[in-house]
Amino acid sequence: MGATNQAVTERSLAFDRIGMVFPDGTEALRDITFTVDKGEFVTIVGPSGCGKSTLLRIASGLLEPTGGTVSVDRDHLGYVFQDATLLQWRTVRANVELFTELNHVPADERRRLSKEVINLVGLEGFEDHYPKSLSGGMKMRCSLARSLTLKPPVFLFDEPFSAVDEITREHLNSETQQLFLQEGFAGLFITHSISEAVFLSTRVLVMSARPGRIVAEFDVPFDYPRDPKLRFEPEFAELSGKVSVELRGSHS
Amino acid sequence: MTTTDDRATRSPAPSRTPDASRVEKLSRAVLPPLGLGLALVGFWYYVSYIVLEERRRFLLRPIHQVIKVGFLDTDNLTEELQALWSSTRIALIGLSIAICIGFTLAITMSQTKIFEKAIFPYMVTLQAIPILAVVPLISFWFGTGPTSRIVVCVMISLFPIIVNTLFGLHSAEQGAHDLFTLHHASRMTRLRKLMFPAALPAIFAGLRISAGLSVIGAIVGDFFFGKGDAGIGQLLRRHASRLNGEELLACVILSSLLGVVVFGFFGWIQKRATGRWHDAISAKT
Repeated sequence: MGATNQAVTERSLAFDRIGMVFPDGTEALRDITFTVDKGEFVTIVGPSGCGKSTLLRIASGLLEPTGGTVSVDRDHLGYVFQDATLLQWRTVRANVELFTELNHVPADERRRLSKEVINLVGLEGFEDHYPKSLSGGMKMRCSLARSLTLKPPVFLFDEPFSAVDEITREHLNSETQQLFLQEGFAGLFITHSISEAVFLSTRVLVMSARPGRIVAEFDVPFDYPRDPKLRFEPEFAELSGKVSVELRGSHS
Repeated sequence: MTTTDDRATRSPAPSRTPDASRVEKLSRAVLPPLGLGLALVGFWYYVSYIVLEERRRFLLRPIHQVIKVGFLDTDNLTEELQALWSSTRIALIGLSIAICIGFTLAITMSQTKIFEKAIFPYMVTLQAIPILAVVPLISFWFGTGPTSRIVVCVMISLFPIIVNTLFGLHSAEQGAHDLFTLHHASRMTRLRKLMFPAALPAIFAGLRISAGLSVIGAIVGDFFFGKGDAGIGQLLRRHASRLNGEELLACVILSSLLGVVVFGFFGWIQKRATGRWHDAISAKT
C-alpha cells in the first residue's frame, strides 16, 4: 500500500522533549519523549485533562509546542477527532473525498480512492446518505474513511470512540485493529479506557495528570489478530490491572 | 468489515397505504385553519350587520361587498393590481439591493475581525433608526419618487440579512475549521467550502424575514413618496381618505397576500437548498 513507499525511516513519529505551556500559564505537557515506529500501535491512557489531546494537536501541527520537536510526515497524516466532524451538507462520499479535494487530487482519482475506503470501512450503500441519517458508529467510520484516503503512514486517534455505546465501540475496536493490520500505519491512539488501550495496542503509555508526563510504559504481548474474547483472558486482566495501578498512581 | 450493529438504520419504513394516509394528513393540515377561517368570516358578518348600524357600516363592509366592489369590479381590480405590481417591483429591487449590501458586508466582517468591530455598531444603529424620523431627509436627498421608496425598503430589510449571514458564517464548528487548517486550505476555499455552506440555514432564515420586511418597506415607502406610479400604499391612503371601505379592505388583503407569497417563496427555496441535509424546525407557510 501507499504507506510503504514513504521514505521515512522506521521512526514514523517521534516526540523529542515536548513541553507545552499555554499563554495563561497552564503547563499542559512536560518533557514528553517517545517514538512510534512503523508497525506499532501505541496508546496513551491518562486521566482527563492531562493534555493527551494537546499532544496530538502538536503532532498534527495545529499547535506549536513551547519546547521540543516533533518529526512526522504531516502531508499524509491520518487524524480522527472525538467528534466525527463531518460536514453535514455533504454526502458520505463527498465527506470522504474532502481531504483529497483540499489536496487537489484529480476527480476520477478521488472517486476511486473514496470507493475503496468506503468499502474498507463497510459503508458501501450509504455513499449518498447525509450525516444526519447516520448512526454514531457510522459517522465515525465515515471519519476514519476520510483519513484513510490519504494512505496515512501515521494515524492519530483522539478518543474517537468515546461517544459511542459499548457494543459499537467493541465493533469499532476490532475494525480499527483490522485496518491497522491491513494498512500497516503507525498508530497513536488516545483513550481513557484501559481495556480499549490494551486490546488495540502493541504498547501502552500511561500519562500523569497535568502537567502530562509519561510515567509508565507497557509492552502488550498478545498476537494479532486479537479476538474480542481476549478481553476475558486472565493475562489480559492482569496487564489491565497493572496499567490501572499506574494510572491511579498518576492521579496523585 | 462488519457493520451489523447499525445496518438497521438503512431505510425508513415505507408507509402502509400512501393514498389513505395522504388524505388523512391533508385533512389534518387543512381542516383546523379552514374551520377558524369560517368562524372569522362569521364574526365579520356579525360585526358588519349586528354590531354596526346602517350609517356606520362603512367601517367594516360585509365580505361579499368587499369582493364585489374590490375584486369583481374591473376598473378597481386593474388599478389595484397595477399598484400591487408597482409595490412588488419596489420590494424586489429593494430586497435585491439589501441582499447585495448585506452579503458583502457580512462576508467582509467575517473575514476581518476589525471590520466586524468597526461596522457592527452602525448596523445596530441603522436598525434602531425610526424610519419616520428620516423620511424628510430621504425626500430631501432622493426626491419623492421611486428611488426614495427603494431606499426605505432597503433600510428596513437590510439588518436581518447582515446579522443572520454573519452569524451563519461564524457557525462552522472549530473541529471542521481544524480539518481545513490541517490541509492548508486557502481563505477562499475555507469560505466557499466550509463557512458559506455552514451559513446557508441561517442565511435563509434571514432572507425570509427580510423578504417579509421588504414588502412592509415598499408599502411604507408608498405612503410617503407618491410621485410616479402609485403603489398599493398610495392606494390604501387614497381609499382611506375617501372612506372607500370596500376598496380599502381589498388593498389590505392584496398586500397581505403579497407578504405571504414572498415569505412562502423563500421558504420553498430554503427547503430546496438545505432540506436534504439540514434538520430545520420548518415553519409552515
